[in-house]
Amino acid sequence: MRQRPVLDVSSLPDFAFGPRSTMWWGTLGFCALEGTGFAIAAGAYLYLAWLNPQWPLSAPPPALTWSSLFTVLLVASAVPNWLVQRAARRQDLRAVRLWMVVMSLIPLALMALRAAEFPALMVRWDVNAYGSIVWLLLGLHTLHLVTDAADTWVLTALMFTGHVVGKRYSDVSDNAFYWNFVVASWLPIYGLLYWAPRLA
Amino acid sequence: MNVPPRRHAIEELTDTGLDAKTLSRMLADTWGTRPGLMGALTAVDHKIIGRRYIVTAFMFLCLAGLAAVVMRVQLARPESRVVGPDLYDQLFTMHGTTMMFLFAVPVMEAFAVYLVPLMVGTRNIAFPRLNAFSYYVYLFGGLMIWVAFALNAGADTGWFAYVPLSGPENSPGKRVDLWAQMITFTEVAALAVSVEIIVTVLKLRAPGMTLDRIPLAVWSQLVTAFAVLFAMPAVMIASTMLIMDRLVGTHFFNHAEGGDALLWQHLFWFFGHPEVYIIFLPATGFVSSIVVTFSRRPIFFYVGMVAALVATAFLAFGLWVHHMFATGVPQLGSSLFTASSMLIAIPSGLQIFCWIATLWSGRPVYTTALLFVLGFLINFVAGGVTGVMLASVPLDTQVHDTYFVVAHFHYVLIGGAVFPLLGAVYYWFPKFTGRLLDERLGRWHAATAFVGFNLAFFPMHILGLMGMPRRVYTYQPEMGWGPLNMLSSVGAAIFFVSFVMLLWNVVASLRNGAVAGPNPWDAGTLEWATTSPPAPQNFDRIPVVTHREPLWAERDALPVATGLRVGVREVLVTTATDATPDIRETAPTPSIWPLISAILTAIAFIGSIFTPWAVLWGGVPVGAALIAWFWPKGDPEDY
Ligand code: HEM
Ligand SMILES: [Cu+2]
Repeated sequence: MRQRPVLDVSSLPDFAFGPRSTMWWGTLGFCALEGTGFAIAAGAYLYLAWLNPQWPLSAPPPALTWSSLFTVLLVASAVPNWLVQRAARRQDLRAVRLWMVVMSLIPLALMALRAAEFPALMVRWDVNAYGSIVWLLLGLHTLHLVTDAADTWVLTALMFTGHVVGKRYSDVSDNAFYWNFVVASWLPIYGLLYWAPRLA
Repeated sequence: MNVPPRRHAIEELTDTGLDAKTLSRMLADTWGTRPGLMGALTAVDHKIIGRRYIVTAFMFLCLAGLAAVVMRVQLARPESRVVGPDLYDQLFTMHGTTMMFLFAVPVMEAFAVYLVPLMVGTRNIAFPRLNAFSYYVYLFGGLMIWVAFALNAGADTGWFAYVPLSGPENSPGKRVDLWAQMITFTEVAALAVSVEIIVTVLKLRAPGMTLDRIPLAVWSQLVTAFAVLFAMPAVMIASTMLIMDRLVGTHFFNHAEGGDALLWQHLFWFFGHPEVYIIFLPATGFVSSIVVTFSRRPIFFYVGMVAALVATAFLAFGLWVHHMFATGVPQLGSSLFTASSMLIAIPSGLQIFCWIATLWSGRPVYTTALLFVLGFLINFVAGGVTGVMLASVPLDTQVHDTYFVVAHFHYVLIGGAVFPLLGAVYYWFPKFTGRLLDERLGRWHAATAFVGFNLAFFPMHILGLMGMPRRVYTYQPEMGWGPLNMLSSVGAAIFFVSFVMLLWNVVASLRNGAVAGPNPWDAGTLEWATTSPPAPQNFDRIPVVTHREPLWAERDALPVATGLRVGVREVLVTTATDATPDIRETAPTPSIWPLISAILTAIAFIGSIFTPWAVLWGGVPVGAALIAWFWPKGDPEDY
């Protein structure tokens, strides 16, 4: 078929931030499907709680110490996360490096807290259905924590080696966006596992 | 150390001044897949992956079809001894599971993978390496469950594997574990493809393809991808719970320890009902494409058609409980679900009305593709009628678990999805291969399929009303079900023959079918603006869309955009609603890492059936492979 040029795109930029890039939408897609997974698992928790006359089943509600420390640190991490995102948008390499290192270390502390958390649940996964669903929810969230941590480490390594170009800043910004999802998805789980049984 | 490699002149060259020949050759060089084994294993071209997806899905159709043939041979006569009860259990489970998880959903996605990038006018699917990964994961999951079947470890608890039957007490051994992991494999693949399709449609559309110029086939794939996104996680959670109950002693479904068997049913059908629409909606997209092209006019009431797609997807999520009427759900709840089950007939009815109106007011050309669409309309309406009947609770409790239900869902699935799919094969085969399928043999194929299908499945309605339960391996002669079963088996044999005709047509046409040229049907959408089969770059210059049927609107010359680089894989990213050009992004190059990651993922998944620790020791290499996948290797596309 013959062609008739009507438009020239050569002056368009070769990367952009946020919803302008495909990676951002891909990240959003994964957040949506993983968020659905969390919602379904939380629904299963509520369903089992509604079904059983006593809840939690033959176990005290999980202890608050570690989980609350975890929650505080996780929420606090939103600040350096916001800073790294801002630095990425400014393409300020020094600031990106600094805050990426911070964002690489925070998950380590979070993982340590999480490791302490599992025993503090005071119920094993194979004791009863309550134990099973609590471990499942916590396990799912831990999986997200670990994946995003690994992603952050790799990106940090890239920012310290000869791979820094414009779109890498966009990747940093999308990674920070995903971390916000890890933070936001924890809050309802925290409320459900630790506070709902106390208030009900 | 901290500076990326310098760009060479060739990497800066854009297509602006190049003559057609040179441009085409250079782009094919940049976007091409290397020949040979390494090229095949590293391919990321959506057309190559899409083709593999299509062929693989049809292979699974063949396997599941053979299982069905054995079942029909067994059921043709009372007290038949062809297969025993245990093998029969495996046969219907493998048949149902394969049809749903390894054929119907993947084949629709396969068409999306091949066609959507072409129809929206771009050069590759979004996240092409993820696309390759998803294909391999799907392939490995399907191979795993069929190898298991060959080793007498085939799943045997039905395609929805209800607990407590599938739980640790009643189904010892590995059969159900393999089934549950197969679910994980296929859902990982399906979810990945759905994200790719969503991003491709939202961000990679040709300039000017505003929301109201998106072809209906693309709309249907977009809506389906969203349905996958929100439905599949439920079944993944469910199958994970099931395998954990079986392997590590959790109690999700164990009543004695506070679990609940109905939890499985809720989770499964929250996915399982939308599943039917995940299969059906893309099929409506095929129908729309075929109807428009062969009516020689744009679709009647485009906006209504889009609204119907969206409405169907929404309603699909409100329907899952109708599979559980027999469990005694509360009265009010069940009335609600009955109402929404009947409500869903409205958007489907609207679509059917619009197709008929389009045909009516057009100048229809009765090609084989259109004949399959007519067959679809007839069969699907019949399936819809029995569906609305089943939505009423008193009737459902009567015929629940009888052959009436088997008849109903085959009318919906085969009538509603396989017939349009066969039409789509005739319609797009020339684009895929460059050659037309034989139309005369095609007409015979369509007629045989229609007769065979109805002969095979209509009698099952009556058998169901006569009380024949599903999932029985045989029956006594006194029941009087013999003659109708024989009729049904004869129909199944005819239906089977129709597929042999298709296979014959494909093989013969590949060798000496008529050469198709770019647009053999004089169709209006963008996939027909390029060669058949398309060059690796799809389009030498990205089309600029001015109309809903761009090729009908621009008969003498296609408006195009210039200014993309030719020595580097570059795609044009546009805005989500208006499709105005926004950035030029580089696109990923071929890579072996998706394959390696998929192999390692398969090892971890399969290993976890035998020891839960496989999740840990299997996860580490997967992580390492993913890092290697994303690590820049010095291609200009990486920078
Ligand atoms: C090729 C022609 C086909 C024939 C002859 C056929 C035959 C059968 C028969 C006889 C059964 C009932 C087994 C029983 O309840 O004892 C069955 C079940 C089933 N079929 Fe088909 N079928 C065909 C195609 C399909 C297709 C294309 C699909 C889906 C896309 C499909 C999906 C199913 C499902 C989901 C079940 C239920 C399995 C279970 O009970 O767990 N079938 N089929
Ligand atoms: Cu349903």
